[in-house]
Amino acid sequence: MELPSSGLPGGTIDVDLHPMVPGLAALTPYLEPIWRDQIAMRGMEGFDTQSYPPRSPKSVRADWRPGSGPPAATVQQLREQVLEPWGIARGIVTPLYGVQLVFNEDMAHGFTQALNDWTRKEWLDADPRLSGSIILPMFNTEHAVAEIERCAPDPRFVQAMVLVMGETPLGRRHNWPVFEALVRHDLPLAIHAGSTYRNPVTSLGWPSWYAEDYMANQQGFQSTLASMITEGVFVKFPTLKVVLLESGVSWLPAFLWRLSKGWKGVRFEVPWLDRSPIEVVKENVRLSVQPFDAPDDAETVQRLIDHLGSDEMLLWSSDWPHWQFDGAPKLPPGISPELARKICVENAFSTYKRLAQETVA
Amino acid sequence: MARHVIAPVAEIAPGERRMVEVDGKKIVLFNLGGEFFALSDRCPHQGGSLSQGKSIALIQSPCPGEYSYSRSGEFVRCPWHAWEFDIRTGKSQFDPRRMKVRTFPACVEKGEALELQAETFPVSIEQDYVVVEV
Repeated sequence: MELPSSGLPGGTIDVDLHPMVPGLAALTPYLEPIWRDQIAMRGMEGFDTQSYPPRSPKSVRADWRPGSGPPAATVQQLREQVLEPWGIARGIVTPLYGVQLVFNEDMAHGFTQALNDWTRKEWLDADPRLSGSIILPMFNTEHAVAEIERCAPDPRFVQAMVLVMGETPLGRRHNWPVFEALVRHDLPLAIHAGSTYRNPVTSLGWPSWYAEDYMANQQGFQSTLASMITEGVFVKFPTLKVVLLESGVSWLPAFLWRLSKGWKGVRFEVPWLDRSPIEVVKENVRLSVQPFDAPDDAETVQRLIDHLGSDEMLLWSSDWPHWQFDGAPKLPPGISPELARKICVENAFSTYKRLAQETVA
Repeated sequence: MARHVIAPVAEIAPGERRMVEVDGKKIVLFNLGGEFFALSDRCPHQGGSLSQGKSIALIQSPCPGEYSYSRSGEFVRCPWHAWEFDIRTGKSQFDPRRMKVRTFPACVEKGEALELQAETFPVSIEQDYVVVEV
């Protein structure tokens, strides 16, 4: 097997890349005139999300900040920082610019359409190795479904994305038309770290520090998974795949242990859930490996992989340009070459059917 | 397996249960509409006493939001962690194939047919008795 300097198998697919919209002006070619002109009329400044403040060290790795100009804003930067040096064969780009979070539902829809078209034109057209995520305006289910229908005919969109901390728990039935549309087009739902800031990021209220805010994502992922599982989303849509991006990994077994334990006692509340949540997650949920959140110890990592109970759940990611590691990427220790190939290549192809259908020039 | 006469049928009314100790084993007898079923009184999880658990119905669902409610009183819920068991089969509801509570054959027999004497009370030929094989 080919092992480039990065230590990754040949053909590695990076499922979590984040182009950063360099400013609202970048979206103007893609906006309907009514929304384009609102930028000046309202004096709108931008939609950088507070989950990843652009100047925060975590948001952009130091050596990926250019001397001048915006970071992570061009395909050239992605090529030079990730694709070329690490021999990455394919990448899935997911912008985290917060246009879909605007309170005005129609404006959110209009700006989200522009963001998805920006992704298509500036990134997918620019490099055939790249696939994209349809960003969903989730505050209006009809808009979210319409955006799936509008973008899905382009096979380069291989998934749709929502932020993990939304307005209501994601599994609730008002969101089901979105899941139905995704299943219709065989598109996985990516759930990425970050908040819509419709609720405090913790159930205790607003925390004080960035470290708390970032760490709260893990609780968000747990509550979101619990919602989707117990509401019966995967009973109603058994083929729906959910990909957790930048979720961390090592919390999952302990969380599932607790959820499954609770389910055994209060199964009668959710009688449609006829399998243990552990089985549901193995079948329907995938996770990106950056961050992984485990010690640099092969034995611990192997135990963790054993606890996951499946070698098909993990997908390789760099989380570019977020600062998760320095230097070249490496897989957690104790992962066999066979499992490395599953994580870096094969699992992405079985998760993203559209990746296999696309032809890379 | 030995047959044990537990009690006259009239002492355990339909819908009721009784905990008995037979050969050192704690067993709970349930009367479901005149049929008797015997389960170990020990939940296979951590040993909770099923005779102290509530009798409940079976809630099932073909899909989220649709409920079927049947077999009222035919399940018992462990008082400790609320695991549900089918009184007729001993099978748990969350994993009927792999998780079950031990069952014992139970039946009703006429006193005149019984060759055995109950250990703690006399058996008369005029009455019906609950018999458990342990």
